[in-house]
Amino acid sequence: MTTNVSTTQDVAVPGSQQVLTFVLGSETYGVDILRVQEIRGWSTVTKIPHAPPQVLGVLNLRGSIVPIVDMRMQFNLERAEYTAITVIIVLSVQSRAGRRDFGVVVDGVSDVVTVNEAQVKPAPDLGSRAATEHIRGLMPVADRMVVLLDIDRLIGGQLPGMNEESAHAAVAA
Amino acid sequence: MDLDLAQFHDTFFEESFEALDSMEAALLKLDVGAPNPEGVNTVFRVAHSIKGGAGMFGFKDVASFTHTLETLLDELRSGRMQVTTHISDQLLISVDVLRSMMSSVQRKEPVDMQKVADLQFDLEQIVANKPGAGAPSGAPAGSSSAAVAPGAVVDANSAGVAPGAAVEASSTSAASGGAPAGGGPLVAGLGDFAGGGAAAASAPGKGAVSVGHWAIEFRALPELLLRGNDPLAIFCSLAELGTVQAAANLDAVPRLRQIDAERCYLTWTLRLESSCSREQVDAAFEWAAGDCEVSVERVEASGAPPVSVATSPVTTPTPEPAAVAAPMPTPAPAAAAPTAAPAALAHGPEAPKAAGGEAPKGGGSEHSSIRVSIEKIDELINTVGELVITQAMLSELGRKLEGPVAEPFRSGLNQLERNMRELQESVMRVRMLPISFTFSRFPRMVRDLAQRLGKQIELKMTGEHTELDKTVLEKIGDPLVHLVRNSVDHGIEPAEKRIAAGKSAVGVVHLDACHRGGNIAVEIRDDGGGLDKSRILAKAKSRGLVGANDVLSDEQIHELIFLPGFSTAEKTTDVSGRGVGMDVVRRNVKELGGKIEIHSELGKGSRFIITLPLTLAIVDGQSVSVGGETYIVPLTSIIESLQLQSQMVNKLSGRGEVFSFRGDYLPIVRLYEVFGVTPKARALHEGLIVVAEGDGRRVGLFVDELLGQQQVVIKSMEANYGPIDGVAGATILGDGSVALILDLAGLIRVASRRVAA
Repeated sequence: MTTNVSTTQDVAVPGSQQVLTFVLGSETYGVDILRVQEIRGWSTVTKIPHAPPQVLGVLNLRGSIVPIVDMRMQFNLERAEYTAITVIIVLSVQSRAGRRDFGVVVDGVSDVVTVNEAQVKPAPDLGSRAATEHIRGLMPVADRMVVLLDIDRLIGGQLPGMNEESAHAAVAA
Repeated sequence: MDLDLAQFHDTFFEESFEALDSMEAALLKLDVGAPNPEGVNTVFRVAHSIKGGAGMFGFKDVASFTHTLETLLDELRSGRMQVTTHISDQLLISVDVLRSMMSSVQRKEPVDMQKVADLQFDLEQIVANKPGAGAPSGAPAGSSSAAVAPGAVVDANSAGVAPGAAVEASSTSAASGGAPAGGGPLVAGLGDFAGGGAAAASAPGKGAVSVGHWAIEFRALPELLLRGNDPLAIFCSLAELGTVQAAANLDAVPRLRQIDAERCYLTWTLRLESSCSREQVDAAFEWAAGDCEVSVERVEASGAPPVSVATSPVTTPTPEPAAVAAPMPTPAPAAAAPTAAPAALAHGPEAPKAAGGEAPKGGGSEHSSIRVSIEKIDELINTVGELVITQAMLSELGRKLEGPVAEPFRSGLNQLERNMRELQESVMRVRMLPISFTFSRFPRMVRDLAQRLGKQIELKMTGEHTELDKTVLEKIGDPLVHLVRNSVDHGIEPAEKRIAAGKSAVGVVHLDACHRGGNIAVEIRDDGGGLDKSRILAKAKSRGLVGANDVLSDEQIHELIFLPGFSTAEKTTDVSGRGVGMDVVRRNVKELGGKIEIHSELGKGSRFIITLPLTLAIVDGQSVSVGGETYIVPLTSIIESLQLQSQMVNKLSGRGEVFSFRGDYLPIVRLYEVFGVTPKARALHEGLIVVAEGDGRRVGLFVDELLGQQQVVIKSMEANYGPIDGVAGATILGDGSVALILDLAGLIRVASRRVAA
């Protein structure tokens, strides 16, 4: 059920970092490998009332209760069926409240690649800051383009307690 | 010896604060008229050990202040001074000052020296003015540095000062130092020292009158020096009790080539002229216990045959001292100070432990105990929690098992379940502590408060050994303080009023704790004036909290005092009366999963009863199924479960459904609507109603079916997700899946909002 992340042939060059890439539909994304807690297969989550739609529910992860976010919904892609090869990546996020763990549902996990800062291009201006706030940059890898994500910004606003406004909305008047 | 002592600071502070607590407790128990000698001794020992530790770590101010305290306490414990109320008060104030001094030192903040200096001066005055002081010598008043005995507590300065002063003042004793058997100059120096020390440091009133003496044989065992003891230091502390003449026996000293500088080859015969007690003599050797052999005999002034007293408690058999002269005397004055410092004081950590051990902490000083960090315990509890879940899962699977191994396997699992239950209970108990830890602050508090308000109040405490979870213990302190203050301030009437009412002049406040069912009940009872219902009602009406024509039951009137800002006190004191307390009290109690009840009778008194669960981590729950999801309803919230028939339900226009239950109409909360799941049953008569209560309101929860009842471990939702209204937490079921635990109060709020919307 859980796999350990292994490093690739890329030799880590000082001044660079490694990212775990994953696939959503036809796109490839990357997250800082140091934030990855574990990778596991899909299992049924327990729904949480009044949660934003992309927060599917919570899972028991070795004793802690971890919320699970559907990345396709997060990115407004079509929803997909969860199959035997659907994967959950458990990440840890730094927020004002401290460190929190949560899991994201993706189609599949790909390689670990080393980021060479020189090759990273900034996210294009799509006219709205919100649309690209969570993107650190774009990096070509082999024949693909990997979208490097800033995890803290990406999920930060989704969970109550991390985002002051939504917390107030959820709590009784 | 260049130890990094900083690593020991924490332990020193921890132990010192505990020691201060026991000191305070002993002082409070001290009956001024007939003080218990053991109590005074306890207080003395605590001061002594704090002084020792403080000196070793270089906390000069603490050491100096404690030394003055110790001097006064010594006078008290030897009976040379009597305990008076004034002294007792000053001692209690000293405890406070010491505490704040140590806090400041611990936090590396500057100490408020003005307060300390003032108090120190007062204490010195008390000692100086004691009856029979005769011509007060310059010694005690103000010159605490000179009063520091060279041996016991040393810092660089006084080390330089004292021996010098001692040597100069030793004129008369030089001769008396003579006496010895062989080995002239070495021993004379020793004698000088002892005599000089006595002149500089002895308390006034010790005339040259012959008062009989103690004949002491002191034989050091070889390890004495290795263990950090210094005979010179010991003799100097003896010198504080009277005039000491010492004669050393050098017979065991080997040739120079064979001398091991760290072994002691000397024995001494000492003559201590003093009327001090045997305990005082023994106290001087306390630090070297186990490393020497001492025999102490009393010889009376009248020349009566020496009364042979049993050998002092410090013997150890073992190794014969091999030969060699100890490095003692001439290097002594210079070396003694610095070496005596780390030497005698390296002994420090042991002494405070001895004192700490003897001064019993709240509950069980006889049981040995061990300090454990909270994180380790929490980890342990977590792991056991996981074990429970795994075991539940295995049991589940075991039920479905078939085949020849199935039966023996299942019975093995049953055994496992029993073991797990025991393990879980034991581990939960690890975090439990007796409530005396919280109760212990009250005697002092009530005493001070009563004094301040001019009332006579007796505090009774029972059930202090009742245990509860550490977190609950810590959080219950503030509410209890508030309630006790209320009783003292508002409950108990002033003496005249009590007498006029036919009560005794002394009011009684009674704190009690006991286990009741699966909970702990803490009661604060007073025989004061009780709650005045009419005044409360009037006040509530005038504030608009209650309608002018509302009729309230006694219970409801009592509940009014929990409203924020509510107080019928005529004037606010800084003690209480501002009306901020009771609502906070109730909130705190609720957060702990408990409740608070009031019983009161005008003129007779009041009782406040707080009921708390034994531990926060576990809840007894009823599992219910709604739309395929499992939820846990805390059993304490459930009143009854029933099945409705359609005719029992009424619809209130636009405001939801209600049903009749024991004479009341209760609203129905369709859980599937609140949680957004698709239920199996939509028609009310096809599912079940669980009548539950939250925040004083009752509702009927509509669910698909009831599953089992079980004890569940509460896991926090907030750690990774956040708070959810209506959800108290989550738990992990036997199959590894997560189930939400409902919070009735929140749930009812949510449901009300939905209906209103």
